[in-house]
Amino acid sequence: MGGATDILELLKKSKGRRIKVLVAKLGLDGHDRGAKVVARALKDAGLEVIYTGIRQTPEQVVETAIQEDVDVIGVSILSGAHIPLMKKLMELLREKGLDDVPVLLGGTIPIPDIPKLKELGIRNIFLPGTSLKEIIKETLEAALERREE
Amino acid sequence: MARLFNEETLKIIEERLKKWEKETLPKSLSKYPLRQDSFRTHSNIEVKGVYTPLDIRNMDYFEKLGLPGEYPFTRGIHATMYRGRIWTMRMFSGYGSAEDTNKRLKFLIEHGETGLSLAFDFPTLVGIDADDPMASGEVGVCGVSVSSIEDMEIIFDGINMGEITTNMTINPPAPVLLAMYVATAEKQGVPYDRIGGTTQNDPLKEFIAQKSYVFPPEPAVKLAMDVVEWSVRNLPKWNPISISGYHIREAGSTAVQELAFTIANGIEYVRHLINRGMDVDEFAPRLSFFFDSHINFFEEIAKFRAARRMWAKIMKEWFNAKKERSLWLRFHTQTAGVSLTAQQPYNNIIRTTIEALAAVLGGTQSLHTNALDEPFRVPSEFAAKLALRTQQIIAFETGVADTVDPLAGSYYVEWLTDKIEEEAWKYIDRIEMMGGMIEAVKRGYPQREITDASFRFQKEVEEGRRYIVGVNIFVEEEDEEIRNVPLLDINQKEIEMRQRERLRRLRERRDKARWERSLKNLKRAAEKGENVMPYILQAVKSYATLGEIMSTLKEVYGIWVEPPIY
Repeated sequence: MGGATDILELLKKSKGRRIKVLVAKLGLDGHDRGAKVVARALKDAGLEVIYTGIRQTPEQVVETAIQEDVDVIGVSILSGAHIPLMKKLMELLREKGLDDVPVLLGGTIPIPDIPKLKELGIRNIFLPGTSLKEIIKETLEAALERREE
Repeated sequence: MARLFNEETLKIIEERLKKWEKETLPKSLSKYPLRQDSFRTHSNIEVKGVYTPLDIRNMDYFEKLGLPGEYPFTRGIHATMYRGRIWTMRMFSGYGSAEDTNKRLKFLIEHGETGLSLAFDFPTLVGIDADDPMASGEVGVCGVSVSSIEDMEIIFDGINMGEITTNMTINPPAPVLLAMYVATAEKQGVPYDRIGGTTQNDPLKEFIAQKSYVFPPEPAVKLAMDVVEWSVRNLPKWNPISISGYHIREAGSTAVQELAFTIANGIEYVRHLINRGMDVDEFAPRLSFFFDSHINFFEEIAKFRAARRMWAKIMKEWFNAKKERSLWLRFHTQTAGVSLTAQQPYNNIIRTTIEALAAVLGGTQSLHTNALDEPFRVPSEFAAKLALRTQQIIAFETGVADTVDPLAGSYYVEWLTDKIEEEAWKYIDRIEMMGGMIEAVKRGYPQREITDASFRFQKEVEEGRRYIVGVNIFVEEEDEEIRNVPLLDINQKEIEMRQRERLRRLRERRDKARWERSLKNLKRAAEKGENVMPYILQAVKSYATLGEIMSTLKEVYGIWVEPPIY
């Protein structure tokens, strides 16, 4: 778990160019509490946040990611449909040449599904109870690694 | 007038309390300093170390409490409460296909469940068919998939719809699901006056919290009130609306906000129905409510008691209701899904037990207890049974159901009940000033209040000002439970394929002319602003699907897109 100092170090590394994150609610579920709390925490940490609102299709999320030229995509799903939806999203990202954009996922994810999601290329899976600090830290690290490449 | 304490007694207590604060308390404090700077409820109400008659010094017994079954119903809507009849044990269930859910319902009935409650999948909740491209991957996952009356018939195969009552957690498509339910009961030979149950049908909280909205606020309310009007006149045992705080709370509100926004929604509906020309006593007895029971034990009990008192007062004084039943706030409770943790999931059994106990001490009419595995998926059979057994133990072993409102007269509980009521009125006043809840929702007022509260709560957890066992205290790095908890297996792909196939056959087989006519008639009725319920019933009987009926209504009413605020 990252403390506040880790986060500050990471923010310094972004060298003035603000890190831009897309927070997306994928699928039909309306459980937006987590997505909103995370979006606000990322914004408070100094990141630029685009929040899609609910009921987004994989196509819409990819479209927004392209238009907004984001560093990281954070997805929230609490419907249980994470595997088919994330599979579709990752396929589309590859098709559009965005496979270098790190994707993070949060929600009600059963443990046995985690290896399958990792296989799809999802960088982090945040279970219920994950601290905001950890999410901020992982988001920053993901963005900075991509920039270094 | 029946003042509880006379001035002389209060004076003596006041003097003794001063002495206690000067002598007894400091001695104890020097030995055991307070473990926190302040103690606060979920609603951020500061809790003192001790409560005395001084905290409820002006309380008039009949004004604030009354006897059970009497105005203002603080102590309960019935004189006997659970001494006469235990609350309805109504487990929210549904997953997969209609066949899977039929099996689960029978399992729960066999183990002593006394009412049914259907959980629908997301495509059904937002009114699209299982073969809609948007439904892909979500069919049957977090509830049962219902696209036509055929699914409803299978769900209730072998279950007597004249004997058991059913709650349906459904909102924009509520008229369609109710029509399917009624048509299925009719096929079973059940007369209308024996069809009992509830449609959630509460559109305002969809914009505020649950977010399965479809239509914009005005037509959404109009449609919901069509269901109320039609049900009141045709289904005497049906609760056509369940004005719900549950989702407001789960979205992150405080207990006070949950109470205030729910009551404010109720006020908006009552006004709408009166403006339709209905008599308040015709519909008010059929209004029902639904609350969350969270983990902050006494605050929840106080909230339930305050809710009854507030609603009775509103119906009597604002809307001039005459019938006693019109003043009753009858409610269903669900323990707080959001209080459950993925970490050390077996701890969830204990959380649910405490929350269920609060609901019972608060006088609920029916109760759902969450299963321990719900942070991951819809419950397994084992977990669902354990959750039901939790209620049965409370009902039949503990003795808490043996007397009515046992916490009445507790200085703390009465003070907190008053305090919560007072705070809730402030919100209601603000919403009234805005012109009612429809206006408030359009301005995003309750949405913002909830977002702020949920962020504050999360901050408190992160900063260690609020504890969650297994999350920020007593954390286990090697959590065996989280890895080993058995989960329900749902073959999603197969369910989706079967549902698509069933729909394809239905569309092929049905009488096309009759089907087309039914949808045309529905559209015309919607355009003219008539009550659409009879037309939806015809459409359902003509094998129109859920998605087709909803699309027809969308053409007339339009759709709602929420601005993404966070």
